[in-house]
Amino acid sequence: MEEVDAPVVGHLEDIPVGEGRAFAVAGDQVAVFRLRDGSLRALDAVCPHRGGPLADGLTDERVVVCPLHGYTYDLATGQEMSSGATGVCAYQVSADEGGAIRIGPRIAR
Amino acid sequence: MTLLEEAPAARNGHEPSRSRLVVVGNGMAGVRAVEEILARDGAGQFAITVFGDEPYGNYNRILLSNVLAGSDDTSEIYLNPVDWYTDNDIDLRAGVRVVRIDRFAKVVLADDGSTLHYDRLVIATGSRSFFPPMEGMWADNTTLTAGVFGFRSLDDCSGMIDYAAGKARAVVIGGGLLGLEAARGLQNRGLEVEVVHAAPTLMNAQLDDDAGAILRRSVENLGITVHTEKRTEKVLSADGAVTGIEFSDGTQVPCDMLVVSAGIRPNVGLAVRAGLTVERAIVVDDHLRSVDDENIYVVGECAQHRGQVYGLVAPLWEQATVLAEHLTGTNPKAVYQGSRMATKLKVAGVDVAAMGLKHPEHPDDEFVQFSEPRNGIYKTIVVRDGKLVGATLVGDVSKVAFLMQAFDRGLPLPEERISLMFDLGTPSVEVGAAELADDAQVCNCNGVSKAAIVSCVQGGQKTVSGVSAATRAGKGCGSCKGLLGQVVEWAAGGAVEEDASASWYVPGVPYAKPELMRLIRELELHSVSSVFAALAPEAAEDAQSKMGLASLLQMMWAEEYVEEHDARFINDRVHANIQRDGTFSVVPQMKGGVTSSEQLRKIADVADKYEVPLIKLTGGQRIDLLGIRKEDLPAVWADLDMPSGFAYGKSFRTVKTCVGTDFCRFGVGDSTALGIAIEERFKGIAGPGKMKLAVTGCPRNCAEALCKDLGVVAVEGGRWEIYVGGAAGAHVRKGDLLATVTSAAEVMTLTGRFLQYYRESANWLERTYSWVPRMGIEHLRAVVVDDSEGIAERLDAEMQKAVDAYRDPWTDGREPATPGQFRPSLPLTVLPQVPVR
Ligand SMILES: Cc1cc2nc3c(=O)[nH]c(=O)nc-3n(C[C@H](O)[C@H](O)[C@H](O)COP(=O)(O)OP(=O)(O)OC[C@H]3O[C@@H](n4cnc5c(N)ncnc54)[C@H](O)[C@@H]3O)c2cc1C
Ligand code: SF4
Ligand code: FES
Repeated sequence: MEEVDAPVVGHLEDIPVGEGRAFAVAGDQVAVFRLRDGSLRALDAVCPHRGGPLADGLTDERVVVCPLHGYTYDLATGQEMSSGATGVCAYQVSADEGGAIRIGPRIAR
Repeated sequence: MTLLEEAPAARNGHEPSRSRLVVVGNGMAGVRAVEEILARDGAGQFAITVFGDEPYGNYNRILLSNVLAGSDDTSEIYLNPVDWYTDNDIDLRAGVRVVRIDRFAKVVLADDGSTLHYDRLVIATGSRSFFPPMEGMWADNTTLTAGVFGFRSLDDCSGMIDYAAGKARAVVIGGGLLGLEAARGLQNRGLEVEVVHAAPTLMNAQLDDDAGAILRRSVENLGITVHTEKRTEKVLSADGAVTGIEFSDGTQVPCDMLVVSAGIRPNVGLAVRAGLTVERAIVVDDHLRSVDDENIYVVGECAQHRGQVYGLVAPLWEQATVLAEHLTGTNPKAVYQGSRMATKLKVAGVDVAAMGLKHPEHPDDEFVQFSEPRNGIYKTIVVRDGKLVGATLVGDVSKVAFLMQAFDRGLPLPEERISLMFDLGTPSVEVGAAELADDAQVCNCNGVSKAAIVSCVQGGQKTVSGVSAATRAGKGCGSCKGLLGQVVEWAAGGAVEEDASASWYVPGVPYAKPELMRLIRELELHSVSSVFAALAPEAAEDAQSKMGLASLLQMMWAEEYVEEHDARFINDRVHANIQRDGTFSVVPQMKGGVTSSEQLRKIADVADKYEVPLIKLTGGQRIDLLGIRKEDLPAVWADLDMPSGFAYGKSFRTVKTCVGTDFCRFGVGDSTALGIAIEERFKGIAGPGKMKLAVTGCPRNCAEALCKDLGVVAVEGGRWEIYVGGAAGAHVRKGDLLATVTSAAEVMTLTGRFLQYYRESANWLERTYSWVPRMGIEHLRAVVVDDSEGIAERLDAEMQKAVDAYRDPWTDGREPATPGQFRPSLPLTVLPQVPVR
């Protein structure tokens, strides 16, 4: 993923491999996921269904599953996969060599 | 989205030859027509733009009744979410209203100031609620008095739901299908509801007087008051909000909200101004074209065909097909012949279905009538020339599927007409499935025909869920699921497959549990990631499979299991139960439900210190602290200094006990001591589902041991009965007697062996209440008690390993297992959101 030019929000070490953590970015809450292949993904942190914390969800290389009722979001696009419900926004995200995480603009769908 | 007119070529860069199709109305008929057009390769011929003045994708209007009643969520009723339009290269202008059609310039003008040229136009503007003239109904020319609602759109529905909160009384004007559904919905929301109907008979469009009288009684039995033959003259209000209504006889009914469901009127204003022929609705020919303009098609509730205007979805599916065949040129001879109308009332507890004629009309029409008012049952059937032309069912609609098909398709009827009403050997539905005409509609909500299902099966889908996903059959109100299953079965020639994946232990790894366990053992896979790497297709991880695998590996490897936190559900990551607002509940261990003043004092101190919003006794005899912030969990545990009660995992939960011989004058066994001992030994053991136990001191069964995964009952003579497979949650089942033993030690052994056997052979998330009957109690008794398979010793040893591997997860509080383990995931939400008591 290309480098994002934005303030540092956190550090790779904050996110255990395979999990997500939430960060506040200019008033938005963004969940950053560190996949097992090492890459990062970023989505809105709040599930549009009933406000579930997506950073607490189970993930794989494609999706995150909301811990409250199981709505499933595509990590790359934010699209809801289980029933076509409302999706979330996906953001550009990158970590530099030192592990500093930057969250970029929304990815247009 | 752009508002300027663009040539189709500019948007796509190629295919400049495509002409532009504009659809006015983003409702059920308009979008269905678009779907049918796409299915006939219309995307190659047309660049499609859809205008809809509702700011949403296309949703299933029928299900608004369920949304109002609270059984569906608004997010669950979308047929085509906004992404669907993008994916199909359709230019959706949601929230934009077309205000004029200029047929001579061939453009539409919209309320956002845009204009757009069309080559072909589809008008699918549907209907709107009709508001009979009544004093006080309107605040001004366009705004209803606050608290007055129509029932047509998602916005109407959300408006009602919001307004209803905290209100006590509602009146619904109109006792037709929609009015009754609205009344029931509001009643579900806690309001007292009265229905006012001008005619003498409820649902008089569909029902005769006898049926209406029976329906009225059923509705009143639900607690809804019904006024018939009442004409409402005034809407009363105070401070701009509705307070009641007044009838023409001067009597008044007070209310806090008013729903007007007095019929619908087709939206024909655009067509009238464009100079199209409009009678009750826009007049169309048999190709669904306006009789005045061959480039303008009309579909849905705003179309009038051969004098008929339809107000149901089934006809518009048929219309959409004909329209698409004609418009795309796939079949220029396609003609619409009109539809037959069948209606079902979607009010839980009041079953009504009606189709065709209410009464015989010709002298030689056959008429069969059955009436049992006391039981609320009424049925009629009208047969003409051996074909079903009308049927009414009130109170018992068990035969409705067959009748609807017979009515729709003119199926041959059994000689004994009475068997159309009752199960006296009616052609079984399988025969029905075979006899159904190919174009018979199976799913009326989504308009899926038998032929569509059959071709889907022939295309390789051999599972019911697969067919349902591919065709959307069964995804509306769900009432056709039985028939769908039968048609799939019939089409597959009996070779319906169970979903292949149905037998897999988890969805992402294609093996049933025994095979999976064998492979895991052989390949020595100790972690979830290693299982995916070795056994999943393309070595792909699968989020939905992680929990089940983690539990299985923990069971199989005990101490040698390699924990990976990302494979755990959040509850298991932070050892607490996530709540609806993202806070957690904390339940300390309280073995056998016995506690001490010291523990209680500690719990009280913690509750004060962390301002715990709710302290609650659980059903398992423990104390639950709810509303704890994730970041406070470690400190809470440290202050409690009690082990975890495991109230969050798929694991051994609690042992509920009664006081037994300690204090109870009836007690015959020391249930408390035994319960504590069982909990001490098996605490925290992971399994495919929760394990809830109980021990009770005599057959009076105060600890409810008969409905537990495993329950022990002390009986006279120093003996203990062990029951397994009981449940008293969403599912209720009395446990089966596994054994009667003479010592507490034997109870411990059999409990361990039983639980281990369950852990090894149950499917993921399969509770004992389904596992025990699946295995059969005789089989379980043979294996667990009589050791018929010679595995008892191994089971005992495996369980011992698991017991030895126990460690209190709350020690994680001292040293987090992963960075940020207890870091909040919704930092900006104001917590707690659950009510503070
Ligand atoms: C609560 C409820 C329950 C129902 N239950 C059943 C049932 O159980 N069974 C059954 O068969 N039917 C039922 N119906 C009826 C069924 O929903 C309708 O028959 C069906 O939706 C009609 O489809 P349509 O496309 O013609 O109209 P609609 O679905 O109303 O679509 C018309 C769309 O066009 C839009 N529109 C109108 N004018 C313009 C304009 N000028 N510019 C842009 N957009 C415009 C409207 O906003 C609307 O979104 C129910 C209806 C309701 C309201
Ligand atoms: S189950 Fe029997 S022993 Fe236990 S409390 Fe009830 S009556 Fe007493
Ligand atoms: S809150 Fe996310 S699925 Fe319900």
